[in-house]
Amino acid sequence: MNRVFEFAKELSLLDGISSREENVRNYIIEKIKNEDTVSYIVDNLGNLIVEKKGDKTPKNKIMIDAHMDEVGLIVCYITSDGLLKVHSVGSIIEKVLLGRTVKVNGLTGVIDIKPVHLTDKDKSKDIPKIDDLYVDIGAESREEAEKYVSLGDSIEFDSDWCEFGENGEYIKAKALDDRLGCAVMLDMILSEQEYDLTFTFTVQEEVGCRGAITATNRVKPDYAIALECTTASDISGISGEKKVCSLSGGAVVSFMDGGTVYLKDLYRKAMSIAEENGIKAQTKTMIAGGNNASQIHKSSCGVKCLAVSVPCRYLHSPSCVVKKSDVEDAKNLVQRLIVEFAND
Amino acid sequence: MNTDYILKLLEKLCLADGTSGDEGTAAKIAAEELEKYMSVTRDKLGNVIGRQEGEGTHFLLDAHIDRIGLVVTAITDEGFVKVGACGGVDTRTLDAAEVVIYGRKPIYGVVSAIPPHLTKSGENKASDVSDIAIDIGMDKETAEKYITPSDRVITVSKFNKLLGSKVSCAALDDRAGVVSLLLACDMLKEKGIKPNLSVVFSVCEETSGSGAKTSSFAVNADEAIAVDVSFAKQPGVSEEESGMLSKGPMIGFSSTLDFEMSKKLVSVAENKNIPYQKEIMGGRTGTNADSIAVSGYGVKMGLISIPQRNMHTQAEIIDINDVINTAKLISEYVSYRMEEC
Repeated sequence: MNRVFEFAKELSLLDGISSREENVRNYIIEKIKNEDTVSYIVDNLGNLIVEKKGDKTPKNKIMIDAHMDEVGLIVCYITSDGLLKVHSVGSIIEKVLLGRTVKVNGLTGVIDIKPVHLTDKDKSKDIPKIDDLYVDIGAESREEAEKYVSLGDSIEFDSDWCEFGENGEYIKAKALDDRLGCAVMLDMILSEQEYDLTFTFTVQEEVGCRGAITATNRVKPDYAIALECTTASDISGISGEKKVCSLSGGAVVSFMDGGTVYLKDLYRKAMSIAEENGIKAQTKTMIAGGNNASQIHKSSCGVKCLAVSVPCRYLHSPSCVVKKSDVEDAKNLVQRLIVEFAND
Repeated sequence: MNTDYILKLLEKLCLADGTSGDEGTAAKIAAEELEKYMSVTRDKLGNVIGRQEGEGTHFLLDAHIDRIGLVVTAITDEGFVKVGACGGVDTRTLDAAEVVIYGRKPIYGVVSAIPPHLTKSGENKASDVSDIAIDIGMDKETAEKYITPSDRVITVSKFNKLLGSKVSCAALDDRAGVVSLLLACDMLKEKGIKPNLSVVFSVCEETSGSGAKTSSFAVNADEAIAVDVSFAKQPGVSEEESGMLSKGPMIGFSSTLDFEMSKKLVSVAENKNIPYQKEIMGGRTGTNADSIAVSGYGVKMGLISIPQRNMHTQAEIIDINDVINTAKLISEYVSYRMEEC
């Protein structure tokens, strides 16, 4: 598993908001291009589609998917004072932006916030809307800012990879959604596989799962697994079903989320395969979130699709938190499911 | 001190812990630096007090060494760490923020953030401090091995260089002021001037103000200058209520300060071509100047502020040139007053 986390670390530190995934794509291509058992194409949208030769041809065509893009910001205006106004790319709540450090074309910036001392007491807890946020790179004027930044440039979180907890069993990083998925797939591609597999590293998930549409149309699989990160709310003060899923609980298999109603039999089979093989698995206890499965299952002529996710706290923030053992469970479950799908 | 040295010193101070009441680490760094210029002691409350004997008017220079932070109050059954505020923390900036808890060893954590699906629509408010919980990836039993109530917590930030000569980091309030005083000492030494001088890096400005109150009583100076940060123009903060970043030290004018001193600071700045701005306040300044002025039998009080954006957040921004010009203004003012007397 150490290799997965090495890949995940390097991948999380790369920047790539939706439609600007080239750093991630190039990193993966660099790792796989000399493998004998691997061929790949990059489609018109930028999806990286990898065919991995296994020992056998499965009865059914199997596709594993993870998205390369991350949430971030895009520069939409530069004020006369040299501050950058932004739109969000993907869904980000403003709370996790205030006072944060970001990167713009290799420069460092911070997200300004009016000092609380000068804010009316009854408004001092109000979170400004994203339209009222400014990225401050220290420019004195629009002219100075324009030397470094153009409208449409992307802005990413500045967040290091950090392993914590008593024995470093937890990880904090940006973009774990879904570079963790990419890292697991990369590890699978570089490992021996029993069956031929297709891996899709897709673009634009965070802006409507758009890459998955064309990738699936091309691959036309019988079975697919979206390998993802999903929101875990097992934090202080949240109890019962509101936790949705929990760290240490293992791989998350959804029966329904904001984007997909999964085939019931398929969901149940996945849960029983996990149980039979001693792999920790859990489901989501609220119908929330969504992922590439929402497009994959209704692309081409229809695909039997599951989502297998790593539970992740503070998703879509600069500080995503996951537990290593859950990543291992997700990977093991995917490998087991492949055997099942191949022979179904 | 060249600019590189000044930046390195400021970085070292900003990255050091040292919240109110637990200023040890930062105070030690500042004290070691101050010892290059004068003899240094720590008093009962932890204030760093430098003393240089000399003739004539006794000057006191003050900047506070403490920073805002959080303090551990409890560990929950799930192993999350609950906190209280140590100074005027801005909770709007804490969701998903990285922190370090100074327990038996430094423990890394992330402030829990309530995800959007559990937020009522239209509700967009920051948490109260009492609702904040820090995620340290430990169960309660493990957490208790390392962490105990009263441990201090600070946000993790890098010392970021922005365009021009601007830098951003937590704790620039008031470690930038501390650096400006050290630099002023250096400039006086370079000039070969030995004033009757006390330099204080005071504790607990962000909480009770106890440091400045007691140290100024002990020092018993004739004239004092406090250096702190003040608001610079930024979105939401108008020109009328703020200074400008990079436009020089802000010389305070207030009914709680000595009017003659404020005017002399202005004339020194003009004569020596030091950029400056005026900061006009009606009454209390919200800085150590308020208490130093009324310490002992009273002290003639001046206030110089370094303009800053995003005060009390991880994204505090200052311009290093404003720090350097603050030091220049102080050293020139002291030189001028020594000639005058």
